[in-house]
Amino acid sequence: MDRFLDISRLSIQFPRSAVPVLRQVDLQIARGEYVAVIGHSGCGKSTLLNVIAGLLPPSAGGVVLEGKEIDGPGPDRAVVFQNHSLLPWLTCYENIRLAVDQTVGRKMSKAERHAWVMETLALVHMTPAKDKRPAEISGGMKQRIGIARALSMRPKVLLLDEPFGALDALTRAHLQDQVMEIHAARGTTVVMITHDVDEAVLLSDRIVMLTNGPNATVGEILKVELPRPRNRLALAADPAFVAARTAVLEFLHARHANPAMSAA
Amino acid sequence: MTAVSTKPAPAPAQMSRPLLARLPQPSRITPVLASVIPPVMILAVFLGLWEFLASGPAATLPPPSKVWADSYDLITDPFFDRGGLDKGLFWHLAASLQRVALGFAIAGIAGILTGLLIGTSPFAMRGLDPIFQVLRTVPPLAWLPLSLAAFREAQPSAIFVIFITSVWPIIINTAVGVRNVPQDYRNVAAVIRLRGPAFFWKIVLPAAAPYIFTGLRIGIGLSWLAIVAAEMLIGGVGIGFFVWDAWNSSNLSDIIVALVYVGLVGFALDRIVALAGRLATRGTAAA
Ligand SMILES: Nc1ncnc2c1ncn2[C@@H]1O[C@H](COP(=O)(O)OP(=O)(O)OP(=O)(O)O)[C@@H](O)[C@H]1O
Ligand SMILES: [Mg+2]
Repeated sequence: MDRFLDISRLSIQFPRSAVPVLRQVDLQIARGEYVAVIGHSGCGKSTLLNVIAGLLPPSAGGVVLEGKEIDGPGPDRAVVFQNHSLLPWLTCYENIRLAVDQTVGRKMSKAERHAWVMETLALVHMTPAKDKRPAEISGGMKQRIGIARALSMRPKVLLLDEPFGALDALTRAHLQDQVMEIHAARGTTVVMITHDVDEAVLLSDRIVMLTNGPNATVGEILKVELPRPRNRLALAADPAFVAARTAVLEFLHARHANPAMSAA
Repeated sequence: MTAVSTKPAPAPAQMSRPLLARLPQPSRITPVLASVIPPVMILAVFLGLWEFLASGPAATLPPPSKVWADSYDLITDPFFDRGGLDKGLFWHLAASLQRVALGFAIAGIAGILTGLLIGTSPFAMRGLDPIFQVLRTVPPLAWLPLSLAAFREAQPSAIFVIFITSVWPIIINTAVGVRNVPQDYRNVAAVIRLRGPAFFWKIVLPAAAPYIFTGLRIGIGLSWLAIVAAEMLIGGVGIGFFVWDAWNSSNLSDIIVALVYVGLVGFALDRIVALAGRLATRGTAAA
């Protein structure tokens, strides 16, 4: 297997806690692959993503990207945060421009940077709102700018932390389609955290299911063998889609039911 | 539409607003009137009440009509200058404002710089914060004797009092703003490798700006409170001394007129800083 992004024997323990959150996580991701990470709330999904992003140091084990061990955050692993994290004092354009100026823009002329920012804005269909501030646009639009900002850095890996979690079903479907398009067009490797089983099956090549924390680890990996481009309407009744969906639900609710819920 | 519904649309139920009417356009005048009329009405009631209460033979304060008659010159011509301390209110206010401007400017610069330093250093924060918390509760005038002893002159002493009064909220708010830069913004900066001075200018300062302006706004209010009191003791041209002088010559009407001006100027100062804050933080600061 191609070891583009290689997570090996990764454990994370926060100071002042007796047991590690994640324990001996092993996961290899190929170039251009779309991987979804699913698991119950609090099992350590965001923690795993933060380690890949370099925002959190591992307690044991490590993450290697293209043969180089990750030892800090960097624009080659762009993050779309769970709560979009746009800078409120900058317009949409300026939020992306700041990221471009700091990263890929270093080798570009002013005009090229501008053109590149405009191109990324167009990619998420946000050109008309480019001069608005985050407070003046809707939640879905903020999330789109967050995605555009991450893409503008031309990352090797795109890390999405529940990117569509706070959105209504229609906006979510629309953004999922956009992300699928971008993934197809750019071939970016994507690691996406989600709670949503349908979303995981629809978007990803593989679904990584984490067991319940603490001491969470990879419980099972499901390969989703559906041809791309995928169409949500056509897939809804597709037996392969339904089977994948059932397998994930089975894992989450039968074999690894949320301990907090079953205790109640 | 026709493909979906074959039944004729039912007659609309009675509604209080006509159907298909033009949406009401927001009028530009109504909101202005709505915000002007209530205070004007209350003011009229208040003046009437005051006139009534202060008109009896036992009244100790002059009624508004008497204030108007007594201080007609003062009210209508703020710009006269008969030499010495016999000047219009404009000149007194200008002298006071000059002191405030100087003291507050020094406090602003020193306060923001100190606050930024303290906010970025946990050690400085732990060491200095308790001291500042105590010093900031010292009433402005309590600094005056010390300041007179140190500077031996009225003008710098007054400016020092302004400075020392307004600097604490600026320091404290700036430091809190710097410490409270959300982890989200720090993460964003880390991913795009924004470090050192660029991190400071592009993330820390804008994120702390709303806090800084809150500090400045509290500071300007305190400055204005302090200057009037300080000038009463120091003398010279200035609105505080004007009030004190009027009291010594038992000219109550002049005092009342001066107080109205003091209030209006204080209000204007507060609004100006608030407006500056809104412009500088591009609307992210609470007005
Ligand atoms: N900074 C921290 N210090 C101590 N414990 C933490 C810290 N951050 C997270 N944890 C703990 O680690 C566990 C995993 O947290 P994490 O945020 O990764 O969960 P998650 O799977 O992303 O949950 P959700 O789906 O609700 O976002 C939680 O039990 C949490 O209490
Ligand atoms: Mg999370």
